[in-house]
Amino acid sequence: MIPLSWYLILAAALFSVGLFGVLARKNAIAILLGVELMLNAVNINLVAFWRYGSLASIAGQVFAIIVFAVAAAEVAVGLGLVISVYRRRNTVVADELDLMKW
Amino acid sequence: MTVDLILFLILALVAVATAAGMLFSRNAVYSALFLVLNFASIAVFYLLLGAPFIAMAQITVYAGAIMVLFLFVIMLLGAEQLAPIKVLPWQRPLAIGLAAVLVAETAYLLILRAKPAADIIPPAETVNTLGELQRLGMALFNQYLLPFEVTSILLLVAMVGAIVLTKREKGERE
Repeated sequence: MIPLSWYLILAAALFSVGLFGVLARKNAIAILLGVELMLNAVNINLVAFWRYGSLASIAGQVFAIIVFAVAAAEVAVGLGLVISVYRRRNTVVADELDLMKW
Repeated sequence: MTVDLILFLILALVAVATAAGMLFSRNAVYSALFLVLNFASIAVFYLLLGAPFIAMAQITVYAGAIMVLFLFVIMLLGAEQLAPIKVLPWQRPLAIGLAAVLVAETAYLLILRAKPAADIIPPAETVNTLGELQRLGMALFNQYLLPFEVTSILLLVAMVGAIVLTKREKGERE
Protein backbone atom coordinates (compact mmCIF):
# COMPACT_ATOMS: atom_id res chain seq x y z
CA MET A 1 0.00 0.00 0.00
CA ILE A 2 1.14 3.53 -0.74
CA PRO A 3 2.36 5.48 2.30
CA LEU A 4 0.18 8.40 3.39
CA SER A 5 3.05 10.85 3.03
CA TRP A 6 3.17 10.30 -0.74
CA TYR A 7 -0.39 11.55 -1.09
CA LEU A 8 0.44 14.52 1.12
CA ILE A 9 3.53 15.36 -0.96
CA LEU A 10 1.48 15.13 -4.17
CA ALA A 11 -1.23 17.36 -2.71
CA ALA A 12 1.39 19.85 -1.53
CA ALA A 13 2.96 19.93 -5.01
CA LEU A 14 -0.40 20.53 -6.70
CA PHE A 15 -1.28 23.20 -4.12
CA SER A 16 2.04 24.98 -4.76
CA VAL A 17 1.47 24.94 -8.53
CA GLY A 18 -2.03 26.36 -8.00
CA LEU A 19 -0.72 29.04 -5.64
CA PHE A 20 1.95 30.02 -8.16
CA GLY A 21 -0.77 30.28 -10.82
CA VAL A 22 -2.84 32.56 -8.59
CA LEU A 23 0.13 34.80 -7.82
CA ALA A 24 1.81 34.91 -11.24
CA ARG A 25 -0.91 34.81 -13.91
CA LYS A 26 -2.29 38.08 -15.25
CA ASN A 27 -5.47 36.66 -16.79
CA ALA A 28 -8.31 36.80 -14.23
CA ILE A 29 -9.72 33.51 -15.56
CA ALA A 30 -6.31 31.82 -15.16
CA ILE A 31 -6.24 33.02 -11.54
CA LEU A 32 -9.57 31.26 -10.96
CA LEU A 33 -8.14 28.09 -12.58
CA GLY A 34 -5.30 28.21 -10.01
CA VAL A 35 -7.82 28.47 -7.17
CA GLU A 36 -9.59 25.37 -8.51
CA LEU A 37 -6.32 23.44 -8.48
CA MET A 38 -5.68 24.45 -4.85
CA LEU A 39 -9.16 23.29 -3.80
CA ASN A 40 -8.51 19.94 -5.49
CA ALA A 41 -5.22 19.51 -3.65
CA VAL A 42 -7.04 20.05 -0.36
CA ASN A 43 -9.62 17.43 -1.37
CA ILE A 44 -6.88 14.84 -2.00
CA ASN A 45 -5.66 15.46 1.54
CA LEU A 46 -9.16 15.08 3.01
CA VAL A 47 -9.86 11.77 1.25
CA ALA A 48 -6.37 10.41 1.99
CA PHE A 49 -6.71 11.20 5.70
CA TRP A 50 -10.12 9.53 5.74
CA ARG A 51 -8.68 6.36 4.14
CA TYR A 52 -5.62 6.21 6.38
CA GLY A 53 -7.33 7.31 9.57
CA SER A 54 -10.14 5.45 11.23
CA LEU A 55 -12.64 4.13 8.69
CA ALA A 56 -15.41 4.27 11.30
CA SER A 57 -15.85 7.98 10.63
CA ILE A 58 -16.71 9.13 7.13
CA ALA A 59 -16.19 12.84 7.79
CA GLY A 60 -13.38 13.09 5.20
CA GLN A 61 -15.68 12.23 2.30
CA VAL A 62 -18.43 14.50 3.64
CA PHE A 63 -15.99 17.41 3.79
CA ALA A 64 -14.82 16.65 0.24
CA ILE A 65 -18.42 16.86 -1.00
CA ILE A 66 -18.92 20.18 0.79
CA VAL A 67 -15.69 21.48 -0.80
CA PHE A 68 -17.13 20.51 -4.22
CA ALA A 69 -20.23 22.61 -3.56
CA VAL A 70 -18.17 25.57 -2.30
CA ALA A 71 -15.94 25.35 -5.40
CA ALA A 72 -18.99 25.40 -7.67
CA ALA A 73 -20.37 28.47 -5.87
CA GLU A 74 -16.98 30.19 -6.03
CA VAL A 75 -16.68 29.59 -9.78
CA ALA A 76 -20.20 30.88 -10.45
CA VAL A 77 -19.59 34.14 -8.56
CA GLY A 78 -16.01 34.52 -9.81
CA LEU A 79 -16.93 34.12 -13.47
CA GLY A 80 -19.92 36.42 -12.95
CA LEU A 81 -17.50 39.04 -11.63
CA VAL A 82 -15.15 38.50 -14.61
CA ILE A 83 -18.03 38.96 -17.07
CA SER A 84 -19.24 42.07 -15.23
CA VAL A 85 -15.73 43.58 -15.18
CA TYR A 86 -15.22 42.78 -18.86
CA ARG A 87 -18.46 44.52 -19.71
CA ARG A 88 -17.43 47.72 -17.92
CA ARG A 89 -13.67 47.90 -18.48
CA ASN A 90 -13.30 45.71 -21.59
CA THR A 91 -10.39 43.73 -20.10
CA VAL A 92 -9.72 40.59 -18.04
CA VAL A 93 -6.11 41.48 -17.19
CA ALA A 94 -5.85 41.72 -13.41
CA ASP A 95 -3.16 44.41 -13.60
CA GLU A 96 -5.42 46.80 -15.46
CA LEU A 97 -8.21 46.59 -12.87
CA ASP A 98 -6.65 49.25 -10.64
CA LEU A 99 -9.65 51.48 -9.97
CA MET A 100 -9.28 51.00 -6.19
CA LYS A 101 -5.50 51.30 -6.21
CA TRP A 102 -4.31 54.22 -4.13
CA MET B 1 0.68 -3.83 -4.04
CA THR B 2 3.34 -3.02 -6.62
CA VAL B 3 0.61 -2.39 -9.21
CA ASP B 4 -0.79 0.27 -6.87
CA LEU B 5 2.63 1.80 -6.53
CA ILE B 6 3.30 1.97 -10.28
CA LEU B 7 -0.20 3.36 -10.91
CA PHE B 8 0.35 5.99 -8.22
CA LEU B 9 3.68 7.09 -9.66
CA ILE B 10 2.36 7.35 -13.23
CA LEU B 11 -0.73 9.23 -12.09
CA ALA B 12 1.32 11.58 -9.92
CA LEU B 13 3.53 12.32 -12.91
CA VAL B 14 0.46 13.00 -15.10
CA ALA B 15 -1.13 15.20 -12.42
CA VAL B 16 1.95 17.34 -11.84
CA ALA B 17 2.76 17.56 -15.56
CA THR B 18 -0.76 18.68 -16.48
CA ALA B 19 -0.73 21.19 -13.61
CA ALA B 20 2.53 22.61 -14.96
CA GLY B 21 1.03 22.64 -18.46
CA MET B 22 -1.93 24.59 -17.08
CA LEU B 23 0.52 27.08 -15.59
CA PHE B 24 2.77 27.62 -18.58
CA SER B 25 0.47 27.48 -21.62
CA ARG B 26 -0.15 30.99 -22.90
CA ASN B 27 -3.54 30.15 -24.35
CA ALA B 28 -6.29 30.13 -21.70
CA VAL B 29 -8.23 27.40 -23.55
CA TYR B 30 -5.21 25.06 -23.37
CA SER B 31 -4.87 25.93 -19.66
CA ALA B 32 -8.47 24.88 -19.04
CA LEU B 33 -8.09 21.65 -21.04
CA PHE B 34 -4.90 20.74 -19.14
CA LEU B 35 -6.83 21.26 -15.93
CA VAL B 36 -9.57 18.87 -17.14
CA LEU B 37 -6.88 16.21 -17.62
CA ASN B 38 -5.52 17.00 -14.15
CA PHE B 39 -8.98 16.59 -12.59
CA ALA B 40 -9.43 13.24 -14.36
CA SER B 41 -6.14 11.96 -12.92
CA ILE B 42 -7.17 13.16 -9.44
CA ALA B 43 -10.43 11.21 -9.86
CA VAL B 44 -8.34 8.04 -10.39
CA PHE B 45 -6.52 8.86 -7.13
CA TYR B 46 -9.89 8.84 -5.37
CA LEU B 47 -10.60 5.41 -6.87
CA LEU B 48 -7.21 4.23 -5.58
CA LEU B 49 -8.16 5.51 -2.13
CA GLY B 50 -11.45 3.58 -2.22
CA ALA B 51 -13.82 6.52 -2.62
CA PRO B 52 -15.70 5.85 -5.90
CA PHE B 53 -18.49 8.32 -5.19
CA ILE B 54 -16.02 11.17 -4.74
CA ALA B 55 -14.30 10.10 -7.96
CA MET B 56 -17.54 10.21 -9.96
CA ALA B 57 -18.52 13.54 -8.37
CA GLN B 58 -15.07 14.85 -9.32
CA ILE B 59 -15.63 13.88 -12.96
CA THR B 60 -19.18 15.22 -13.20
CA VAL B 61 -18.85 18.38 -11.10
CA TYR B 62 -15.26 19.46 -11.76
CA ALA B 63 -14.24 18.06 -15.14
CA GLY B 64 -17.81 18.37 -16.39
CA ALA B 65 -19.75 21.33 -15.04
CA ILE B 66 -17.10 23.70 -13.71
CA MET B 67 -14.63 23.38 -16.58
CA VAL B 68 -17.39 23.74 -19.19
CA LEU B 69 -18.36 26.98 -17.44
CA PHE B 70 -14.72 28.13 -17.62
CA LEU B 71 -14.38 27.29 -21.33
CA PHE B 72 -17.69 28.96 -22.03
CA VAL B 73 -16.60 32.23 -20.39
CA ILE B 74 -13.12 32.14 -21.97
CA MET B 75 -14.60 31.77 -25.45
CA LEU B 76 -17.43 34.23 -24.75
CA LEU B 77 -15.02 37.00 -23.74
CA GLY B 78 -12.39 36.10 -26.33
CA ALA B 79 -9.79 36.06 -23.57
CA GLU B 80 -7.71 33.18 -25.00
CA GLN B 81 -4.60 35.20 -25.75
CA LEU B 82 -3.12 37.97 -23.68
CA ALA B 83 -0.26 40.20 -24.67
CA PRO B 84 2.77 39.62 -22.42
CA ILE B 85 3.20 42.30 -19.79
CA LYS B 86 6.69 43.34 -18.80
CA VAL B 87 7.77 42.47 -15.27
CA LEU B 88 9.84 44.57 -12.88
CA PRO B 89 13.61 43.86 -13.30
CA TRP B 90 14.26 42.84 -9.68
CA GLN B 91 11.11 40.68 -9.45
CA ARG B 92 12.39 37.52 -11.14
CA PRO B 93 15.65 37.01 -9.18
CA LEU B 94 13.83 37.71 -5.93
CA ALA B 95 11.09 35.20 -6.78
CA ILE B 96 13.66 32.53 -7.75
CA GLY B 97 15.56 33.12 -4.49
CA LEU B 98 12.44 32.86 -2.32
CA ALA B 99 11.28 29.73 -4.19
CA ALA B 100 14.71 28.14 -3.60
CA VAL B 101 14.38 28.88 0.14
CA LEU B 102 10.91 27.26 0.18
CA VAL B 103 12.13 24.17 -1.70
CA ALA B 104 15.11 23.81 0.67
CA GLU B 105 12.81 24.11 3.68
CA THR B 106 10.42 21.46 2.33
CA ALA B 107 13.28 19.12 1.41
CA TYR B 108 14.75 19.54 4.90
CA LEU B 109 11.44 18.61 6.51
CA LEU B 110 10.88 15.67 4.15
CA ILE B 111 14.35 14.14 4.25
CA LEU B 112 15.70 14.91 7.69
CA ARG B 113 12.65 15.14 9.91
CA ALA B 114 10.33 12.49 8.43
CA LYS B 115 10.40 8.99 9.92
CA PRO B 116 9.87 6.55 7.05
CA ALA B 117 9.78 3.51 9.34
CA ALA B 118 6.82 4.92 11.23
CA ASP B 119 4.88 5.75 8.09
CA ILE B 120 1.17 5.40 8.40
CA ILE B 121 -0.42 2.39 6.74
CA PRO B 122 -4.21 2.15 6.21
CA PRO B 123 -6.08 0.13 8.83
CA ALA B 124 -8.03 -2.16 6.50
CA GLU B 125 -6.81 -3.47 3.18
CA THR B 126 -10.22 -3.42 1.51
CA VAL B 127 -13.12 -1.05 1.83
CA ASN B 128 -16.69 -2.14 1.19
CA THR B 129 -17.38 0.69 -1.23
CA LEU B 130 -21.13 0.19 -1.58
CA GLY B 131 -21.60 0.11 2.18
CA GLU B 132 -19.43 3.20 2.36
CA LEU B 133 -21.78 5.02 0.01
CA GLN B 134 -24.74 4.20 2.22
CA ARG B 135 -22.85 5.39 5.29
CA LEU B 136 -21.89 8.56 3.44
CA GLY B 137 -25.53 9.37 2.78
CA MET B 138 -26.52 8.61 6.37
CA ALA B 139 -23.71 10.82 7.73
CA LEU B 140 -24.55 13.63 5.32
CA PHE B 141 -28.23 13.74 6.28
CA ASN B 142 -27.93 13.01 10.00
CA GLN B 143 -24.66 14.07 11.58
CA TYR B 144 -23.80 16.75 9.01
CA LEU B 145 -27.30 17.99 8.26
CA LEU B 146 -26.62 21.58 9.31
CA PRO B 147 -23.45 22.01 7.16
CA PHE B 148 -25.34 20.40 4.28
CA GLU B 149 -28.19 22.91 4.58
CA VAL B 150 -25.73 25.80 4.93
CA THR B 151 -24.06 24.59 1.72
CA SER B 152 -27.41 24.63 -0.08
CA ILE B 153 -28.00 28.22 1.09
CA LEU B 154 -24.49 29.08 -0.11
CA LEU B 155 -25.31 27.69 -3.55
CA LEU B 156 -28.55 29.70 -3.64
CA VAL B 157 -26.69 32.88 -2.68
CA ALA B 158 -24.04 32.18 -5.34
CA MET B 159 -26.73 31.67 -7.97
CA VAL B 160 -28.50 34.93 -7.08
CA GLY B 161 -25.12 36.71 -6.95
CA ALA B 162 -24.09 35.46 -10.40
CA ILE B 163 -27.43 36.56 -11.89
CA VAL B 164 -27.26 40.02 -10.26
CA LEU B 165 -23.62 40.52 -11.32
CA THR B 166 -24.20 39.69 -14.96
CA LYS B 167 -27.59 41.40 -15.31
CA ARG B 168 -27.53 44.46 -17.53
CA GLU B 169 -28.74 47.44 -15.53
CA LYS B 170 -31.60 49.59 -16.78
CA GLY B 171 -30.30 52.59 -18.69
CA GLU B 172 -26.78 51.15 -19.01
CA ARG B 173 -25.41 51.80 -22.47
CA GLU B 174 -24.11 49.04 -24.68
